[in-house]
Order: sequence, then structure tokens, then C-alpha cells
Amino acid sequence: MSSNEHPAAPSPREPQEDGHRDDAEVTDHTGDFGDDRSSGDTLDVAPTHEVHTSHDLATGPPAPGVGKKDPILVADHISRSFGGIKAVDVEHLEIPRNAITALIGPNGAGKTTLFNLLSGFDQPDSGEWSFNGRSLAGIPAWKAARRGQVRTFQLTKVLQRLTVLESMKLGATGQTGERMLASIFPFLWRAQEKDIEARALELLQKFKLYDKRADYSAALSGGQRKLLEMARALMTDPEFVLLDEPMAGVNPALVQSLLDHVIDLKSEGMTVLFVEHDMHMVRHIADWVVVMAEGRIVAEGPPDVVMSDPAVVDAYLGSHLDQDIGVITGRYDEEGNRIS
Amino acid sequence: MDWGQILNNTASFILSAETIGFMLAAIGLAIHFGYAGLLNFGMAGFMAIGAYGYAISILSFGLPWWAAMGVSVLGAVVFAVVLGIPTLRLRADYLAIVTIAAAEIVRLLFQTQLFDRWTNSADGLGGYHESFRAANPLPAGTYGWGPWYYTDQGWWARVFGLVLVAVAVLVVWLLMRSPWGRVLKGIREDEDAVRSLGKNVFLYKMQALIIGGVMGALGGVVIALPSAVIPQYYLPSLTFFVWTALLLGGAATIFGPVLGAVLYWVLMAFLAGVLPAMANAGYLPMTATQAGNLRFVVVGVALMLLVAFRPQGILGSKKEMTFVK
Repeated sequence: MSSNEHPAAPSPREPQEDGHRDDAEVTDHTGDFGDDRSSGDTLDVAPTHEVHTSHDLATGPPAPGVGKKDPILVADHISRSFGGIKAVDVEHLEIPRNAITALIGPNGAGKTTLFNLLSGFDQPDSGEWSFNGRSLAGIPAWKAARRGQVRTFQLTKVLQRLTVLESMKLGATGQTGERMLASIFPFLWRAQEKDIEARALELLQKFKLYDKRADYSAALSGGQRKLLEMARALMTDPEFVLLDEPMAGVNPALVQSLLDHVIDLKSEGMTVLFVEHDMHMVRHIADWVVVMAEGRIVAEGPPDVVMSDPAVVDAYLGSHLDQDIGVITGRYDEEGNRIS
Repeated sequence: MDWGQILNNTASFILSAETIGFMLAAIGLAIHFGYAGLLNFGMAGFMAIGAYGYAISILSFGLPWWAAMGVSVLGAVVFAVVLGIPTLRLRADYLAIVTIAAAEIVRLLFQTQLFDRWTNSADGLGGYHESFRAANPLPAGTYGWGPWYYTDQGWWARVFGLVLVAVAVLVVWLLMRSPWGRVLKGIREDEDAVRSLGKNVFLYKMQALIIGGVMGALGGVVIALPSAVIPQYYLPSLTFFVWTALLLGGAATIFGPVLGAVLYWVLMAFLAGVLPAMANAGYLPMTATQAGNLRFVVVGVALMLLVAFRPQGILGSKKEMTFVK
């Protein structure tokens, strides 16, 4: 699929001038979660992609706080106030394992704050949450990361005066050479370092940063920084990846490649939770959508269900979203039904 | 103007104990600031702890010189831990404020009458040289070449200091090429990013503070080895002189601190000779004493120019600084 099919439009409602879509190639992206489809059809990315089987993630009908069959993260009564404003007030939330969950909502809804809380970068006023059944409340961010829950940042945090390869190698966990005394004796860590470097180079190749490996990270463009941050996070061998607006400010060509990588994560057995404003992408890659507004979870469910939820339309999407996207991409008729 | 004497005096500073002590302290600061990004403005405190730890251990407790140095190192470790626990979780600028205050507290504690029995308060300590000098392996006599003529004891203190510098340089080189150094540099760039990758940032910062602090304390010992320990030497200005030496050479380089310390003292010695001579000869409209103090102004201006136009220092990589915000 060429990059012009994924315009990085700031608003999903912006008219997209894409008349060259090959309808025969495009199939159901919204997922009615009933049929078995291969994502090769879905995205026309590398044929190795696994089947997009995400139906029936929940134990009940889609509703805020619905239980999941196999949750990787369970959060209860999380609240965080800044001054008088309750930025996050989440009653109950479960994130399904080995699925891609999108966290959407208007600006200021508390999505990033929730991210910060779940990843240990901020402490909630109250609340309990567990990852893989082990409580994470009060656990510092670095320990949460060691348990296999890694995050990226909305504003990329690249290590400017480290080269791309060095940043990647920094991501690897359990390095002997990172212990102060052992670090003085290279023979203790050289073999491990070699393995790490091989893995880093492999990932860099996949993320199309291989040619940049010797450059300082500061020399990368905004989109390349997003790629590097994601690749660096993957060096930790995570189980659960939290991506904060992975596509924001990224040029369309890179968006395509980032989308592929996010889908790859799932096929490699990882769980993904991501914040994104571009509904086009949310529809494409999410198996489950959680909608936040004013700190609360107002809806959750499969993308097609959530996006037709009147509360979500009111709070976030606006009433013309479906119509515009549908008409322009040629996948939906005026009523929002799939026609191709 | 007696150029011969001025230049001779200037050259002799290349090998002064103070220069060698500055090398060590600047290497310590390079670990703090250059590699870990810790704004330590309390190096004078570490140096004071080193010098006093050494002198008091010998004078009050009769320890041999090497054990006394061990006490200095231990003192620096304790000081680093005490300093680090409350401040390393804070932003870098808070560390700067706390360290400068802590160094002053240390100096005033050494100066106060309260501990006169051990510290001799404002008069400082001297006469602790015997043990160190007894260990001198060098042949007796006065020897050297050019401007560097010293007694065997003078050489012993300098050679010992230079050996410490060599060891420190080697340790820094080994550490900074390792994955440990990589984590440290990552913390310098963005500690939240490193934290998100599962590294215990606090521990790394503490380790860096301790190693650099120990090197600062050893620098204090080396400066005190051939002379005496007086509390007025460990003013905050000492910290900033070490900073000047560090920035001159290049903060994130292995040999930068060594070169910077030499250049700093050579420049100071040269100005201390040439400015009063110029005043005496009528080139400057001031007394010789005033002209002598003018060197601090010159060095201050030089530091400003350096930071503005060559922030990476003399040995730093231009490329590395090109992209920095």
C-alpha cells in the first residue's frame, strides 16, 4: 500500500484527496470482529503478518470498564488531580493481552496522564493497578519497565549526544557491563555486547535507521526520532508497549512504516496500548478502543462499535466523522455501512 | 620586564602539586558534569574533606599516610551519599544549589572553633608530612631540568600525584567506554528516557557522584601533600576554578580535564607575573597588587568567551555540540 493512502491528516475529518485507491485491494479495516481476515489483505504490508483475530476480547457487551477474557493490565479507581482539576478518574479498566488497544479522546482528556500513571512516571492520588497479576502501584518507572512494560513519549525523548546505535544498545536489559565494577573489565561483557549490537542492528534495519546508526540521535528528523524511540523501547524485549501518539508529526511515508511496526508487535506476541488522534489509523490497527473524556472512560469496545457510539461522537469524534471518512475512502456509504 | 623569570615561573606551574590536584578534581568533575550531567558546585567540599581527612587521620589518630588517604576516600564517599540521597531525585539545578551550600557547610565546620582540637580551626593543619616522606622511594638530593628543579621530596609528592592522575584517567576511560558509561551519558541526555528503559537512574547518578567525589578528595590530598591545609583555601571560588579548568579542556573528554588544569594554572601564573610587571613598567594605570588581581578578571572573561564560542572545550568534539539545543 502506498503512503498516500495514509495521509497524516491532523484531523480525520479533513477531506482527503485520494482518488487512486484500488478498491479491490482494500477490504474491511474497521473489523466487525466476526470474520477471519489476514492482515495481508488489511494492510498490504509484509505477508508475514499474522491474522487479525481480536474478536471477543471482552467478557461482556462493550461498555466502560467491561472485563476482558485475558487482561494484561487491570486498573481500579485511579485518580489524579492537578490543583482542582481531576485529570484522571478511572473506575475500572482492563487492557486485553496480545491485542492492540487504542486510547482516544479529546485534548486534555487525561490520556497522557493515565499513561504516566500506568508507567510509573507519575503517582496517582489513589488507585490500584496490576500488570500480569502483580501490583504496580507505587512501583518506580524503571522497575515497571523491567517487568516488561515499556513506554514511549508524546514528545520524543532522544538521547541527543548518543549515536543511534548507542541509544539502541542502551535499551537492552540485564547487561553485565552496566554494573559499575564489572564495566571496568571488558572481557566480562564483550560477548553480551556483541549480541546486543547484532540485535540492535537488526532492529535498526527493520526500522530503516540502519544507515543512521553512527549519527548522533540529535541529527534525526522528527519522524526518525519516533522510529528510534520505538525501536529503542523494543530493545528491552517488552511484553506490553505503551505508545504515546506514535504517529504525531510523522510524515506520511513514515506513518505507513510505523503502522506496520505496530501491527508487527502484536504478531510477535506483544500487547500494545497507544494514544492516537488519527481515527483512520485507529480503525486500521486497533482491536479495541477506549475513549476518555474529562479524565473518565466514557466508552470502550471494538472500533466500529465505539465510533458509532453517540456519546463518543458528541465528546470527541464529531458527527461527520464516519460520513467523511467513509465517502472519501470509498469504504462506507452515507449511513456508515461498509460497502467494499 | 624580566621575561625570563616570568616564563620560568609560568613553566614551573605545569608540575606544581596544585596543578596535579586540579587535574584530579577536574577529572572528578568531568564524571559529574561531562558524563552524568550532574551540576556539582561543591567540589571544594570534596577537596576539603580529602585534605582534612588526610591531615586529621595522621595528626590526631597517628595513621600511616596510605591509611589516611583511605580515610579521605571514605569521607568523600560518605559526603557523596549524604549529598546525593536528598538531591539526586531533584532536577539538576537543585543539586547545584545544594552542593554549593554543602561545600560551604563543610568548610565552616572545619573552620569553627568547636572542633579546634582536631582541625586547629582557622589556622589550619600542617606538619603531617613525615609518614608520606618516609615512604619516598626516590634518591635523595635536588634534581630536575629547566624550570623544574625540586628536592626528592618535592618530586615524590608530584610523581605520586601524577600516578593518581594516570590511574584516574585510566579508570574514566575504562568506565566511559563501557555500557555503564553509556547509561551515564544517556542520563545526561534525558534521564526519563533512560528510566523508561528500566535503568535505576538514581543508582547510576549516585555511583557517578561517589566516583567523581573520591577523585575530588584525592585532588585535595595531592594539593595538601607537600604543603598545609588551611580552611580559607576551600572557598566556593576553588570550585569555580576547577570548573574553569574543566570547561577549558572539554567537559566530556578523557584528557580535557588534565589539559585544562595545566592551561588554567599556566595562564594564572603567567598573568600573575606579567600583569604586575606591566603595572610596574607603567603600562597599566594601577598598582602591582591591583594588576595581580586583574588576572581573575581576565580568566573570568576568558571563561565567558570559551563557553560562548567553544562550549565543548579545547579537546571536545565540535560535531558533538553542533546539535545541542
